[in-house]
Amino acid sequence: MNIYWNQQWPAHIQYALFLADNALILAQQHSKWCGKGPILEQDIALSNIALDYLGQARNFYQLAAEELNQLEGVQFYTEDSLAYHRTDRNFVNLLLTELEQPNWGHCVLKTFLYSSFASLVFQKLMHIQAGELTAIAEKSNKELAYHKRWSQDWVIRLGDGTAESNTIMQQALNQIWPYAGECFIPANFETVFWQNHPSFFHELEKEWMDYLQTIFTEATLQLPAKQAWQTGGKQGIHTEQMGYVLAEMQYLQRTYPNSVW
Amino acid sequence: MNYTEQHIWELLTTIADPEIPVLSIVDLGIVRGVTLYPQANEQGFAGEIIITPTYSGCPAMDMIRLHINLAMTENNWPKLLVKQQLSPVWTTDWMTENGKKQLQAYGIAPPQGKAINETYLEDAVVPCPQCNSTHTTLISAFGSTSCKALFKCDSCQEPFDYFKCH
Repeated sequence: MNIYWNQQWPAHIQYALFLADNALILAQQHSKWCGKGPILEQDIALSNIALDYLGQARNFYQLAAEELNQLEGVQFYTEDSLAYHRTDRNFVNLLLTELEQPNWGHCVLKTFLYSSFASLVFQKLMHIQAGELTAIAEKSNKELAYHKRWSQDWVIRLGDGTAESNTIMQQALNQIWPYAGECFIPANFETVFWQNHPSFFHELEKEWMDYLQTIFTEATLQLPAKQAWQTGGKQGIHTEQMGYVLAEMQYLQRTYPNSVW
Repeated sequence: MNYTEQHIWELLTTIADPEIPVLSIVDLGIVRGVTLYPQANEQGFAGEIIITPTYSGCPAMDMIRLHINLAMTENNWPKLLVKQQLSPVWTTDWMTENGKKQLQAYGIAPPQGKAINETYLEDAVVPCPQCNSTHTTLISAFGSTSCKALFKCDSCQEPFDYFKCH
């Protein structure tokens, strides 16, 4: 039987897969909006952002596959087998990335939360010697700067816009916010990966929350009252949505296994 | 025939970016090195070329890899291993002056100033490639390809692509 997730794998490989899964699932959800954006320019913007995430996912999957293939007694992995042959229980992406995007508010808010979170993580990765992981982080971070700026502008424009746009944005925030906390609640592989930097998660939470609060204040949006965070994605326990995402994304490889162009 | 690394660099200047046909991959700054091995390795590669992607998801990279070896074959030169390297990260600062001129002539505004970490496209002064007016407005931070933003000229009213700093 093929193995697509093993908690015994080295933490840096699990971490690369975590970063890959986040980017891939967000790319998939954003791609569904291709052709449905409010105006052509913004439709293109979201598709471009999806393409950036897909590229980042490929880089992380290629790295994970290369490192996995150096382990003893494992099957042969490729970026495609990691993306298309794993089931929902093997994916360790943040629940945030897989959430539905029923309106434009959800699209920009998810982009805003993810790009600002990932940008902080990647900046910290750039300061440690993590080899190729650091190189991918450095590359991705330049792209994230554009995503962050774009989505931040939209959050402010819609939040501090008309009464209706504010209502829709506030509803999106209320629905998505319970999933934000998972970003800074470490999974085992993250604790091991950052073990030489014990203050990492604390700093991440503080810096991220300060930044989000600044933008939400400017956008006249209220953060929902403190509540329990929704977690589980990093342990492979996903929302109902994840099954639909994978069913569509993996359809071809499930129907015609190992088919190639 | 005999060839050197210099010959290969010259050959690479004839290979265009598939999405911006006036810009060679050398002018774009994505070729990071050319090395010929003393003798072909066991896979039959006579040397290697290191390229770096402009954007993570740039679909042109596979095409560029293909075009490099097609050009080698046309010269009856042996195939080269085309390696991708992410670090140091590509920046628009590596684009040559010649490349910027060609972009401008093609109707794409070249990157203005140096690449910086935080980008404020709204504040950038981007001259119109058609009429050189600096009265231009950002329409969208994302354009027809990953590397471009969309602007319009307030003087001649033409929309145009801007190769954004990265």
